Amino acid sequence: MAAETLLWLIPLPPLAAFILITLVTSRKKALSHGIAIAGAGSSWLMSLLVFIQAIARPNLAENPIATSISWLPTGETALRIGVQLDNLSAVVLFFVAWTILMIFIYSVGYHNYGQPVGERDVPGMPPHGADVKDSHGHTHRVPSVEPMYSRFFGFLSLFAFAMYLLVVCDNLLLLYTGWEVMGLCSYLLIGFWYGKDSAKKAAMKAFMTTRIGDVFMLLGIVFLYTQAGTLNYREIFGNADLMHTLATTPAGFLGLSQAGGIGLLLFIGTVGKSAQFPLHVWLPDAMEGPTPVSAMIHAATMVSAGVYLAIRIFPLLSAGWEPGGALTPAMMVVGAVGAFTALFAATIAVAQNDIKRVLAYSTISQLGYMIAAVGIGAYTAAIFHLVTHAFFKALLFLGSGSVIHGVEHGVMHSGEHVDPQDMLNMGGLRKKMPVTFWTFLIGGLALSGFPIITAGFWSKDEILSGAFHGGQTVIFVTLALAALLTAFYTMRQITLTFLGQPRTEAARHAHETPWTMTLPLVVLSVFAVTAGWSGIPEHFPLIGGWLPNWFEHFTGAMLGHEGEPAAFSAVPLLVSVTVSLGGLTLGWLVYKGVKIAVDPLKKALGGLHNLLKNKYYLDELYNFLFIKPAIWISEVFTSRWMDRVVIDGILHAIARAFLWIGRLVRQGFDVPVVNAGGDALASGIKKGGAALQPMQSGRIQQYMVVTITLVMVFTAILFAILKLV
Amino acid sequence: MTNLLNPLVLLLLIPLAGTFLLWLIPGGRKSLVRWVALLTSLIAFGYSLWMLSQFQSTDPGLQLGVKIPWLQFGSTTVHFEVAVDGLSILMVMLTTFLTPIAILSTWTAVKEKVKGFMAFFLLLEAGMLGVFLAQDMILFYVFWEFTLVPMYFLIGIWGGERKVYAAVKFFLFTMSGSLLMLAAMLWLGLTQGTFSLPQLEGVGGMVPAAAGLLFGAFALAFAIKVPMFPLHTWLPDAHVEAPTAGSVILAGVLLKMGAYGFLRFNIPLFPQVAVKAAPWLALLAVIGIIYGAATAFVQKDVKKLVAYSSVSHLGFVVLGIFALNPLGLQGGILQMVNHGLSTGALFLLVGMIYERRHTRQMDQFGGLWKVMPVFGTLTLLVVLSSVGLPGLNGFVGEFTILMGAYTSTAINYTLAAILAATGVILAAVYLLHMYQHVFLGPVTHEENRFLKDLNAREILTLVPLLAVSAWIGLYPKPFFAIMAPAVDKLIAIVQPFIAVVK
Repeated sequence: MAAETLLWLIPLPPLAAFILITLVTSRKKALSHGIAIAGAGSSWLMSLLVFIQAIARPNLAENPIATSISWLPTGETALRIGVQLDNLSAVVLFFVAWTILMIFIYSVGYHNYGQPVGERDVPGMPPHGADVKDSHGHTHRVPSVEPMYSRFFGFLSLFAFAMYLLVVCDNLLLLYTGWEVMGLCSYLLIGFWYGKDSAKKAAMKAFMTTRIGDVFMLLGIVFLYTQAGTLNYREIFGNADLMHTLATTPAGFLGLSQAGGIGLLLFIGTVGKSAQFPLHVWLPDAMEGPTPVSAMIHAATMVSAGVYLAIRIFPLLSAGWEPGGALTPAMMVVGAVGAFTALFAATIAVAQNDIKRVLAYSTISQLGYMIAAVGIGAYTAAIFHLVTHAFFKALLFLGSGSVIHGVEHGVMHSGEHVDPQDMLNMGGLRKKMPVTFWTFLIGGLALSGFPIITAGFWSKDEILSGAFHGGQTVIFVTLALAALLTAFYTMRQITLTFLGQPRTEAARHAHETPWTMTLPLVVLSVFAVTAGWSGIPEHFPLIGGWLPNWFEHFTGAMLGHEGEPAAFSAVPLLVSVTVSLGGLTLGWLVYKGVKIAVDPLKKALGGLHNLLKNKYYLDELYNFLFIKPAIWISEVFTSRWMDRVVIDGILHAIARAFLWIGRLVRQGFDVPVVNAGGDALASGIKKGGAALQPMQSGRIQQYMVVTITLVMVFTAILFAILKLV
Repeated sequence: MTNLLNPLVLLLLIPLAGTFLLWLIPGGRKSLVRWVALLTSLIAFGYSLWMLSQFQSTDPGLQLGVKIPWLQFGSTTVHFEVAVDGLSILMVMLTTFLTPIAILSTWTAVKEKVKGFMAFFLLLEAGMLGVFLAQDMILFYVFWEFTLVPMYFLIGIWGGERKVYAAVKFFLFTMSGSLLMLAAMLWLGLTQGTFSLPQLEGVGGMVPAAAGLLFGAFALAFAIKVPMFPLHTWLPDAHVEAPTAGSVILAGVLLKMGAYGFLRFNIPLFPQVAVKAAPWLALLAVIGIIYGAATAFVQKDVKKLVAYSSVSHLGFVVLGIFALNPLGLQGGILQMVNHGLSTGALFLLVGMIYERRHTRQMDQFGGLWKVMPVFGTLTLLVVLSSVGLPGLNGFVGEFTILMGAYTSTAINYTLAAILAATGVILAAVYLLHMYQHVFLGPVTHEENRFLKDLNAREILTLVPLLAVSAWIGLYPKPFFAIMAPAVDKLIAIVQPFIAVVK
């Protein structure tokens, strides 16, 4: 089949799966996950086929796999929609296909397929577990299957459809569609256990916060369309005249060029979706959703879509910029937001005890890394880190889900009331859950940028080196500090969870998870190592040049020139090795001896720890600054005061005045009040009020008569006036 | 006689014939009454589909029309003149489409005086169709007022607790606006010697001194009907007290009469004033978008929330219309249809829950998704269409309107589009807030624990609305295509004046 046709087809199997599961198989668990995985699997297969064709095609950047049809005739211009695969979307498609399929498989085990139905389980709440009797007559408490098992796979499939759509589409409108549908799925899946109050609130918060970003993005799309007359990537970015005009025409605000203005508006969409400061607050709360959701939506795919957009619009952000020259204002904003977020989120991660929340802040921080890379013009490094991060962060999330699952098993066994997500309640799990441990270790080391062997090292090193060579010292130092903290909190996490001795009975009885969960961990850990080998810089000491720097060449082609391999400098390399190993060692030293469930940093840092633990009190600040005033305005100002007091007050006053005049006229002159002219208002009130009283009990025939009479009266009045005139 | 066999006249006669038939049936035979009313409205819908097939979508002018001399005043003749064009065809279809759905929704909700209810309903349908078909000012006025009466009784008799207040408020508000409109029509007709709308195109240029006042008189009547801020306070009251089917038609069609009036009168008759007034009307529209949304957010009564959301959504429609460019106008007209579909559906949903629990207070609900999964799912779909999720109808309309407003030379400030865009966030705020309050979380009230999920009839009322919503969302091309030539014609009338002003 032609690659173009395949490209159209890629998003469809999950959509078909969603429809089938929702309408037909919602009561059949095995059939539902079968259909979902088959859907994800077909998309995966087609993605890989297209990917292979794409990398084999010479000049893919100028000659992408693309086709389109016309969709929305707006005025004189027809908006066309279509699909395309260029170098950027090809590599994104690759990691999206793999992570989605792995997460689908993992979900089967995560939702306890094959386990008994819990007697106390209800839809909308996480399963509580079921009691089973073994052959000896002993009662055991075991995990029970998720009551809304099929629905989960339905939503997950819809999400997969939207993500594939976003990757393969060739224009911003379709991208926005996928983007919003993913937002919806994120809402539905964070609030999957909708019976939980916290989940319900988190879902709402996620949708609202990202939508703030989306509206600016929509404005950016509108702005761009009005200037360019198209939303197709190639027609915009490939049109040198247009790009030149956009770069040189002022936008009329903040001293930006039109390109910069549009770029920044679109970028605010990224800030929301990829949880960048100051719109990052939704992502940690989104951990309320089931763990596969956290892995897929909030680590590997949806949040990556934000970065993908930022990379996609790089030509706009950087319009007028020469590599090596001064950054454009738009790039500076992007770089600053990214670098700040990277460090800021890393500091919070240090003080979180929930195993998933640490990863959530870590995700925010790593996305900040990529955004910073876009900002400083390290284009290929941003893509590279996007790819490697998707693999190792999905791995870590799935690993954490496996850990939680194992500890929950222990909790059921021991009957303790401990939080199965709190790392301080764990310890020593390496022996109980070996596969989870080793894969988590690989993911953790990749996240810390452990030198040479992990993928994270290569991509992170490339960003640091880009910042260094670009002369962006502030960003370089910020990112290096963030990397140090990253290594530190990762080692803290590994040590607290897996090393040492168990700190609770539950941890002592934790259990390795079924193969459906561990197999995806193993597959992803392979990529967490090998993905980095595709982008080893040619000038790297000793091993540089063993493998071609394929990634740099392939994605760099998108910029129209093969990026000059940066001159090698030992500074960024040394820094990156030092912060990685230093952070890891420090984390090990601080946490290796933790025997009781108290964080040693708490005492050492004092008030600062509290500040970090409470995420700098940003949620409280937003509540005070934005949410409370907004509620006040709508409740007190518009609803109570303006609508009921001012507008209705004036109306009632007019009505009363007319009534009063009417009464005066009648009493004074004793003339009938009914007068079609000026005081219809008063007569209407009187007539309406009086007429309706007897009507309540009257008969229908009478109303009909009244209706006809009224119509005739109207007509009569009309003609009377006509005659007069 | 052949004139009376005109397709549009027949369309008007179908609901009237139904009313007559109902009159012959004894009121006690409620079930027969219901079926006759439903079948009548379905015949009208089927007939309008045939009419649609006869409609030439490439022709920008009036079609299928008939013009019969009706009354004579001195030298001026009032005609019974009806015709349809790209501006009105979708409104006609919306009316015939929503009426059977609304009637079907009353099956068990209206138990008392069924015959009267149905008779008024069919009369209302005839009146609404007349408004969209009339091409003579006096005829338009007659139909315009004619719709008031059945609606007044639908609220006043079958309404809720404060029905009298609401009915009178509704009646007076609209009446006071339309009296000024009547005065303007009479003055215009008698000075120009014709009441025929096609002949009055661009008449503002002939009476430059009075054009501003005339425009104002029309605009006031239509702004009340839409309703635009600050003339909107009748709407929440009317909606809250109206029976479900009344709300569906009120929101779905009656409000559109206001927006349609702008398209049929203000813009083609007084293009030069329309261009000057556009920035100000756009300002009011934007205020309405934000104001309606803010007020909707704090309503405790779900129906009131939906009513205020109409104020916000109709703000988009007016913004699009007064962008006075093809994108804005097309988006505005499409959004009229969209609002009819999604808000109509929202009112149906509110009615269904009210029928079960006899309350619409949000704090009486919670966790309903668990109890009524079908209801929860369908509500979510409608909510998503209303908040403008791409893939459903609302997005297409809003996006086109925003593009129109952004590029509009008549509105002239991009801030309008930017502020309007915040309406997109706000819609999500109040609707999802409502959704999570009612459907998510634990079941908080014992009496909600065993509510029955939707039955087949109720699902049947919602499915057509959702189907068309999805159609518009996925492939809006046919809808745009049918209105495009008429919109271009309208633009051609206004365009010279935009060029002059700028």
